[in-house]
Formats: sequence, structure tokens, C-alpha cells
Amino acid sequence: MMPQHVVVVGNGIAGITAARFIRKLSSARITVISAETDHFYARTALMYLYMGHMRYKEVKPYQDHFWEKNAIDLVRGYATRIDTASKRVIMGGSRAIAYDALLIATGSQSNMFGWPGQDLDGVQGLYGIPDLVTMERWTEGIVRAVVVGGGLIGIEMAEMLHARHIPVTFLVREKGYMDYLLPEEESTLIGQEIRDHGIDLRLATELGSIQSDKQGRCRAVVTTGGDEISCQFVGLTVGVRPNVDLAKASGIETNRGVVVNEYFETSAADVYAAGDCAEFNRDGIGSRRVEQLWYTGRNHGKTVARTICGLRTAYDRGVFFNSAKFFTVEYQTYGDIQARRPASVRTILWQDPAARKLLRIDYAAQGGVVRGFNALGTRLRQDVCERWILQRAKVQTVLKQLRRAHFDEELGPRPYKQLIRAYKQSEMSHA
Amino acid sequence: MHSTPSLQLTTPGSRYSARERLGLALIGVGLVALISVMFGAGAGANALSLWLTMGCITAGSAVLFSGYLKRPAGVDNNHVWFTPATARGMAGWLLGIVFTGFYVLLYWAPHNLEHLVRMTDSLSYMLRGEAADRWFLYGFFYTVAVLIMGARMILKYRGNRYQIVRTGSVMFFQLGFAFLLPGILKMLNQPEYYFSYFWPLKYDYIWPNSISYFTSASGLGVFMVFWGVVGTAVATPVLTYFFGKRWYCSWVCGCGGLAETAGDPFRHLSDKSLGAWKVERWMVHSVLVFIVLTTALLWINSAMGGGLLGALTGVLSQWYGFFIGLVFAGVIGVGFYPIMGSRVWCRFGCPMAAVLGLLQKYFSRFRITTNGGQCISCGNCSTYCEMGIDVRWYAQRGQNIVRASCVGCGMCATVCPRGVLRLENAGRKSRYNGPVLIHEDRVSVQLDDTWRANRPLMPPAQEDIPILTERDVQAMQLGGSRAI
Ligand SMILES: Cc1cc2nc3c(=O)[nH]c(=O)nc-3n(C[C@H](O)[C@H](O)[C@H](O)COP(=O)(O)OP(=O)(O)OC[C@H]3O[C@@H](n4cnc5c(N)ncnc54)[C@H](O)[C@@H]3O)c2cc1C
Ligand code: SF4
Ligand code: SF4
Repeated sequence: MMPQHVVVVGNGIAGITAARFIRKLSSARITVISAETDHFYARTALMYLYMGHMRYKEVKPYQDHFWEKNAIDLVRGYATRIDTASKRVIMGGSRAIAYDALLIATGSQSNMFGWPGQDLDGVQGLYGIPDLVTMERWTEGIVRAVVVGGGLIGIEMAEMLHARHIPVTFLVREKGYMDYLLPEEESTLIGQEIRDHGIDLRLATELGSIQSDKQGRCRAVVTTGGDEISCQFVGLTVGVRPNVDLAKASGIETNRGVVVNEYFETSAADVYAAGDCAEFNRDGIGSRRVEQLWYTGRNHGKTVARTICGLRTAYDRGVFFNSAKFFTVEYQTYGDIQARRPASVRTILWQDPAARKLLRIDYAAQGGVVRGFNALGTRLRQDVCERWILQRAKVQTVLKQLRRAHFDEELGPRPYKQLIRAYKQSEMSHA
Repeated sequence: MHSTPSLQLTTPGSRYSARERLGLALIGVGLVALISVMFGAGAGANALSLWLTMGCITAGSAVLFSGYLKRPAGVDNNHVWFTPATARGMAGWLLGIVFTGFYVLLYWAPHNLEHLVRMTDSLSYMLRGEAADRWFLYGFFYTVAVLIMGARMILKYRGNRYQIVRTGSVMFFQLGFAFLLPGILKMLNQPEYYFSYFWPLKYDYIWPNSISYFTSASGLGVFMVFWGVVGTAVATPVLTYFFGKRWYCSWVCGCGGLAETAGDPFRHLSDKSLGAWKVERWMVHSVLVFIVLTTALLWINSAMGGGLLGALTGVLSQWYGFFIGLVFAGVIGVGFYPIMGSRVWCRFGCPMAAVLGLLQKYFSRFRITTNGGQCISCGNCSTYCEMGIDVRWYAQRGQNIVRASCVGCGMCATVCPRGVLRLENAGRKSRYNGPVLIHEDRVSVQLDDTWRANRPLMPPAQEDIPILTERDVQAMQLGGSRAI
């Protein structure tokens, strides 16, 4: 059944991709309600706004006329509740919008762990434009900033502050930067990269409390080890959690996220949830229960659009991939690379002695089937890596065909021979 | 609660390091000295003035740009939109006025440049065996700009082999083919010829009267005609087939050379709107049609012994030379760098770019490959595309980029933080890969206007003003953010 009016709450990548695909599949009326900005923008590019690489205009993936042209109505506002019985979204006051199908794509919120002083002026997370506005205000003319939490957003915040010539102390709970996701060599390399930029990286260090000055502004952080670091800004980047406020207020089943099945259907009829805010009701649907990535948001949106348009389609997560950039070092990963490699998995590791480049290929000790790739400072071709993994290619084949996956700039160096040498060494060490 | 200011992301204070200040000061001294020379200072010591002014500017640039070596190699676009000179601020407009002013003097009031011309006499005698004229001065400044800013480019992008080699190439062609070689030819009493320019950019290189002039001049003149014809008829299609138009536009051409070096700080100022793309296609192809027609007419005319057009041909070529060659390529093309970006001429006016573009689009192996689904829609590629191509539009759909105007500078691929783009000359079959991310495209609905008119009436979107939380109030006031 084709709904007449689809309402999407949240204009992030999940909600917008869904709206676009619904438009491709149907002529239903589409309304996107969102609170943060008038138009869809790339959250992933927040850092570049603060660093001056781009203006707000440039981080909008579609020019403003796109929405009118595709008949997608944009409503700026906050949805407080969904009346699932009468099928209406309540927008505060007496305003309501009726829907035939509703997609909750409300994204995430920054985690706060109840630290003393976390509500002081000058203390904040980084998730959206409002955070950028406060960050702009709090970081003006300051002497030192502290960033807490060594994830992907934390390192971006450190880079942002660094670009504004603000000295940064970076507190990371783990013994190595992101060592829960990255093998030791990768983690070490990124740690060096962080320090090379003059960031005061403190590993195995946890935040205890944030101290206030007389005006209620942060003046220092104290670590659990008792060290006091004087600072005028504290970035709390200790992960994000699904934004379930709307679903919760509407009596829709939530756990960590809005609970959905593989069709992104929630506990309420004709209400769907996708993107960061959704949580699968069992393992094995996604690569984890809550998928909080740009490309997963896009894939969720694409899939749920089909279901909403009556072409009920289960989520196909595909071969995992992701990418990031740590200061100047790009990172790409395909398939499954574990931080702590079990004995059943072997690895080929190549590191450029002169530059910050690293390539890792993990493969099964038995049979040599390739499991995954990590690339730092060098680029790999996604479709080739994906095909190798799907076709269960052997490591010898992959090494032989490696140039097919090469995606660095033309004329750039190509480390094929070195990789083959590394493979031989790896095999020898196991012989 | 604090009131929320609009999202004014401004530069924090003056953050110039001591090194940068020294470099800027030296360049400033050199420029002031140049202006003084222009007004007659040091008239008795021309050679000394030349060395002093150029020495100051070069040394200052060396000090300033060596700052890149202090930072790890990588993409360095911090503060681009906060810096007035590169963000169409006061300094940007001032620069634009200075550049434009120079062209105005050069073309229409050259007597004002007389002292500067004399300053370069010694160099001109050395190279060409005769006194300088304003065109020598212009060529000299042009080459110095390409070399100094080229060095900057190499330092800035030293982590990227493609950028290094390509920049080295435009520096080589500017210095060797567009500056030294024409000078040496003059010394040897040969016709003036630029081996790095071809018809239709040098629109008169295959016109009847140029050909008769070259062939009657000397044996070398005959070779020049041969070179010009081969360049246009053979090299252009063959090289473009294998490498795309970049072999010329961002490796050889002098206009491209200046855009890629001196223009680098302004590349993000190009207009990315759909409207600009439309204007671009009309304009650049009109210029091409005009050149082709003129060339054809001239040949018919010459075949008929001047019977067709008579004196009109001269007038036609003069007007073209004035409007397109001077006003467009020079004043607007270079003078407006800090306002409209570095490739205005290449994009809207260059007939050579139009020919190369058509070849690139329909008869070439070149494309920019998109790396699957890795694009995060951040917009760096589109922002830093000097040709105003909305690269992200393709990349975020997983689609390869095949565009006539792409000059293959590789900057989109260089600035992409996720390794999504790669310039390639692979086989033609895989070139147009369609939007691979959206196989569902096949089931697409065409929205026609009847549907639009008939769509169910709902309260207009804007009327749904909600009760807002504090967070939303903050966000709402960001309307001003569109201004940044
Ligand atoms: C700084 C930063 C950098 C990142 N970098 C990367 C990266 O490099 N790669 C990557 O894969 N991922 C990255 N991510 C994660 C990625 O951006 C998210 O996974 C993705 O944006 C989630 O999209 P979404 O559509 O689910 O939600 P969101 O993008 O969060 O969109 C939800 C929108 O809904 C609005 N909303 C919420 N509730 C309501 C309501 N009740 N009424 C109206 N509107 C509401 C919110 O204001 C928000 O605008 C990054 C995230 C951040 C914060
Ligand atoms: S698309 Fe890329 S390579 Fe082509 S002109 Fe633009 S930035 Fe340069
Ligand atoms: S291709 Fe790269 S630079 Fe362009 S939008 Fe995508 S991620 Fe950003």
C-alpha cells in the first residue's frame, strides 16, 4: 500500500535519504520535520566549518532549490510526540501533522556521564550546529582546551582547536588511541600523528571532575589520578547515544535506541525508525545493534524508503567499511579487522618507514581466506576489497591482484613488493 | 540563558607567526619598491632595482612559504574562509583592483609602466638581445608569479606526487616554452612563436596570413606552422583521448599554469551554482563557434583572394583580439582571481578548453572514479574545484565524474578526507558507471506538473511553528548562519 503522506522526523542523512528514495518510488506527499536546521547538511563536515575550510553553504549536499524541485516539503520545528492512534505528529501547542507513514530519524545525542562540572559554561559536546555556535563563543581567545574521550569526534575536536592555534590536552581513557578498535601498530601510528601536531595526548587518563571559576565557567579539569589541568574549554566527546526522546514520549518501544526489526518497523503500526536512533531487535541484522555511521544511515534510509512504499525490503548490511581522517592521516577499513587478533587469524603488515602509511591484510590461518583490510595514509578501492571478501579470495590471490585495489593518486608510490615481502615474513614466522 | 549570536565564525585575532610576519614584510618592501620604480625612483640604476625588488619578493616568499615545511604534509586549508584576502574580504577586493589595474595600464595606458619596462632592459638584452617592451615586462612578471607561487604549491601539497609533478610541469612550460624560448627566437631573429599554445587558444596560429608570414620568414617558421597544425589536429585529440584535457589545461598551458599556481589561494571562489554551469556552456561554446567561423571565413576569403570579406577580416580579428584576448583572458580572467576564482577565463571563455572539453566528454578514457560508498558528502571536493563542478553531486551517488570542463587538476581528490576520488585513464567501458549507490533508481517516478498541481492540500509547511525547546531556539537563530 502506497501511503499518501509520509512524514519524516529528522533531516539527517537517514531521513533525507529515505525522503529522496520515497520520491523516486512514489508521488506521495513528503514532509520532513526537523529542528536543528532548515536544510540537510553534512554533520560529518562540522569540523571544516570551524576550521574555515568551508562555509555553511558549502556543507549542504544539495542546493536549496533541490527540495522544491523534488516536492519534498521542509518544516522547521520540533516534534514532541507522535499520536500513534490518530496518526498525527504533535508539534507543540495545538499543531499537528497527520501522516500515513512516519519515519523517526532523530539521530543521536552526545553522551554525558554525570561528571561534576559537566554543565559549566565552556563545557560541551560536539554533535550539531548549536554546538558549533557555543564552541565558537567558548573558545574565543582562550589559552588551553581539554578534549575528553579518544573516539572519532574527540580527535576531530582536537584538530579543530589546533587549527585555531589553541593548545589542546587530549585525555584518552585507553592505553592506546582507539585501541579497542585498532590493532597496536595503527593505534601507535595515530598516537604519533596526534603528538606531532603538538597535542598533549594523555593516554590511560580519565576525567575526574571539572572545576569552576567564580562566574560559573570551567577553569580546570582534574583527572582521576589527581592531576589538575588549567583550561577554559572542555570538549566532552565520549560517544553518542541514540536520540529516543520522541519515541519514548510516544509510547513506542525503545531500548538503547528505537527498537526495530530488519524492515525498520517499530512497535507502532506505520511508524519506522532508521539511522543513528534505531536499534535492531536482534544481532546479525546490522554489523551491530546500533549503527551510528554516515553510510549506514544512508543505507537504512534507502531500505526503509522501499518498505514505506510497499516494497517491503529487509536490510542488507553488506561488507562492513568505514573511513576517517586523523589529522593528516586518512583511514579506510574494509571487512573485519580486530584489535586483538585471535590465533586463527594472521596478518600482513606494511608500514612505510619514511611516511605515515600503513596497510594491513588479515587472513585466516587455515586456508588463507582474506578477512579484512586496514589502510592508513593510503587509499584502497572499495568495490575490489568488497569483492575479495565476498568471494572469499585467498591472500595469495589478493597479493597478486593488489594493484587492482590501488586508489592512491596517480604517480604516487606503490608498495606492492614490500607487501609481498611482508607476507613472506608473516608466513615464515608461523612456519 | 545566553543569547545566541549568529554563527559568525571569525578569525581569532592576529595569528601570524614571526616567520610569516617577516616574510610578509619582505614581500611588502619589494612591492613598495616596485611601485616606487614605477613612479621613477632609482631610474639611474635599473639593473639594481630589478635585483633588489625581485630579491625582496623572492626572499619574502621563501620565508613565508617555508612555513609549510613546519607543518606535517597534508591538506592545509585552515582559515581559507576567514582570511579576507581569500574570502572576498577587503584585502581580496584590493588585490583584485591591483591585478585589474595592472592590466588596464598594460593595455590602455602603457606609458605609466615605462619605468618598470626600463627596469627589465638588462634582462631583456641578455635574453633577447634587445630592449624590453611592455610585453616583455608582462611575460617576466607572469613567469615570476608562476615560479614563486608554483614553489608554494609544491610545498603546500608536498604529500601528493600528482600535485608536485603537475606543478613542476606548468612551471617548466611557462619558463621554458613561454618565456625563454620566445626570447631566444627573437635573439636569433626568428618569428615570435609560443610552442606551448595552439589554435584555437592562439586563434591566429592557423590563420592564412599568419601561415604565410611564418612560412616566408624562415625554415624554422615552416616548422612552426607544422608544429601548430600537428598540435591542433593530432596532439590535441590523441593526448586528450588518453589523458583527458588535463594534459594541456593543468600540465602545459600558461593560463592554466598561472591559475594553478598564483590562482591556487582563490580556487574555492568559483561559482558552483547550476546557473553558472548553464552560462558556462553557452558562453564557452559560443566563443568556440565564433573562432571556428572566423577561421573558416578567413580561409575562404584568402582562397578567393580577399573577395569575400575584404578589409572586414582585419576588423573582425581585431575585435576578437580585444574583447576575448585582452578583456576576457586578462582583465577578468586574471584580474578577478580574488573575486571569481582562478579559472574564470578557462571556464567561460577559452575556446581551447571548449574543444578539449568536447573531446574529453565524448572521446576520452579520462574520468574521476568514485570509490564506492565512501563519500560522506562533506563538500570539500566541490568547494575546492576551481572549475565550479559540483563533484560531490556525483561522488555521493557513487557515480564517476565525466565532465567536459574538468581540467584534471586533481584537487578534488587531494582534498577529499575519505579517499573517495581518483583521476584515472582506464578503459572507456567503465567510465559511465551510473549512480551505483541507488540501483532502485530504475523504479523511478516522473513528477509532472499535473501531479504537483493536484497534490493534496495541507497547511503550508511554514505555518507549523512549534513550541521550541531551548536547544531549538539556539538552532533557530542560526538562520544567520547562511550569511557566513
Ligand atoms: C562531528 C561528527 C563527525 C562525524 N563524522 C563521521 C564520519 O566521518 N563518518 C561517519 O560514518 N559518520 C560520522 N559521524 C556520524 C554521522 O554523522 C551520523 O551517523 C549521522 O549523521 C546520523 O544520521 P541520522 O540521519 O541518523 O541523524 P542526524 O544526522 O543526527 O539527524 C537527526 C536530526 O533530527 C533532528 N531531530 C531530533 N529529534 C527531533 C524531533 N523530535 N523533532 C524534530 N527534529 C528532531 C536533529 O536535530 C537532527 O538534526 C559524525 C558525527 C559527528 C557529530
Ligand atoms: S573536478 Fe576535480 S580534477 Fe576536475 S577540475 Fe574540478 S577539482 Fe580539478
Ligand atoms: S567525495 Fe570526498 S570531498 Fe567530496 S563530498 Fe565526498 S567525502 Fe567529501
